[in-house]
Amino acid sequence: MTPLRTPRRLAALAAAALLLAACGSGDPLAEPGPTTDGATASGEGTDGPAGTVVVGSQAYYSNEIVAEIYAQVLEDAGFDVERQFQIGQRDVYIAAMENGEVQLLPEYTGNLLQFYDADTEARSSEDVAAALPDALPESLTVLDYAEAQDADSYNVTAEFSAEHGITSLADLAAYEGDITIGGNAELESRPYGPDGLREFYGVDVGFVAIGDSGGPLTKDAIRDGTITMGDIYTADPDLASGDFVTLEDPESMILAQNLVPLLAADLAADLAPVLDPVSAVLTTEELIALNVRSVEEQADAATIATDWLTEQGLLGGTR
Amino acid sequence: MRLFGEAWAWLTAPEQWSGSGSLPERVGEHLGYTLLALLVSAVVAIPLGYVVGHTGRGRELAVALSGAGRALPSLGLLTVLTLLVGIGNADSAATAVFVVLAVPSVLAGAYAGVENVDAAVTDSARAMGMTSWQVLTRVEAPLGLPLLVGGLRSAALQVIATAVLASYVGLGGLGIYIQRGISLRRYEEMLGGAIAIVLLAVVADAVFALLARIAVRIAGGQGTLSAGPPTEGRS
Repeated sequence: MTPLRTPRRLAALAAAALLLAACGSGDPLAEPGPTTDGATASGEGTDGPAGTVVVGSQAYYSNEIVAEIYAQVLEDAGFDVERQFQIGQRDVYIAAMENGEVQLLPEYTGNLLQFYDADTEARSSEDVAAALPDALPESLTVLDYAEAQDADSYNVTAEFSAEHGITSLADLAAYEGDITIGGNAELESRPYGPDGLREFYGVDVGFVAIGDSGGPLTKDAIRDGTITMGDIYTADPDLASGDFVTLEDPESMILAQNLVPLLAADLAADLAPVLDPVSAVLTTEELIALNVRSVEEQADAATIATDWLTEQGLLGGTR
Repeated sequence: MRLFGEAWAWLTAPEQWSGSGSLPERVGEHLGYTLLALLVSAVVAIPLGYVVGHTGRGRELAVALSGAGRALPSLGLLTVLTLLVGIGNADSAATAVFVVLAVPSVLAGAYAGVENVDAAVTDSARAMGMTSWQVLTRVEAPLGLPLLVGGLRSAALQVIATAVLASYVGLGGLGIYIQRGISLRRYEEMLGGAIAIVLLAVVADAVFALLARIAVRIAGGQGTLSAGPPTEGRS
């Protein structure tokens, strides 16, 4: 048996090696770069296809919906679009963008700025957006940001808020009881985590790490009192349910997180006329409405994006 | 290599060793979940494994059920269970998840240990007038001990590696460092946490290696009583 099997195994190995080599030469991720460069350089024709744009998204359903909106509005304007959705960590997709594998991705201004400039003092939408161009590497740029924000926010139950008259982080200093906050593990080290609450609002809080980014576990923990307040993103549909009160942040401790198209710098001139109208109408209310359709109707990103773009009159403009 | 140096510096920095949420506290949490899960899975799986191994019945069912349990994605199971029992009881949900992970190894160790005892040995034990219970407790269980310890050993390693999930539901443990390190790009912290977990696993493995040696001695002693060389070879 063995002498017969060995050559066969060798053959299989050789075949696999050939296959790998073939894949290597035809790397699908390497192709779009040159193609687009060519198209951008020629840049001729008013309505012809303007090359392939690779659109990426984070592994976050809301981000994927916005990426799908970008993709569809670009397709409508005559661009060839390739989708590379659900890329996990910022490290991974930023690296992919810096070397040209992904060319466009919906980002959040505050986190993007902190990624490149961890010690930034900017907090408001305007300041963060103003600081971004300098912080970004030369190969990347951002277009106009949308009013829509998906920022961190501290939330308590409606009962807790009513009982103690707390509607703002500034009210917490007068609260007698112990305060425990919950959120992703990294919140403990963020400038708007426990240290920020002490510095800006004079409250000492305990911390519990709950890793679902303000998802059902965090909300459960707020409801059952495991934590006093939890970090939930402002575009979360459940915040409209009335169960929670989002505490105001009068000192602007929390970083602004406006949605913004992050893209390859050499595509900015071509894509701005297509994407700026989208950002102009994308408000936080609209973003929540998009998220609601995903969470409650389980509609897929493509359907949600098409419906929204049609409703906003952003499709069919160039035809 | 530089990253390893930074991770080592992070591990040995004084601020890691004192205050709330310090390294020893996290190791304690991590070890606590592991030991609890091992204990519970031992209570559940050892008697079950002995019954299966002793009677030779229900083996397929036990293997299929426990194998299916192990195939469940731990993070998904943890999230669903925690939502079911409420996050205030997240510790029981996490323990259940780790038990599900540990049971198959312990079960396999228990029944394989009993099953692999030479039929000649159990037959002669019966011929000496031992009851079925005596055969199990005096012959099969001691002779199967090395394999049982092996099962516990691999279960312990799996639980130590998986207990990083505890931090996902507010229970702390060494997973905190990995989650936080990735999100904040503090890779020295992430790697430091990972190294701590590896060290914990190595220490646990060494402890079990020692227990295994003791188990072999016990099984060997018992073996000379009832049989000869075949049992020696087996244990």
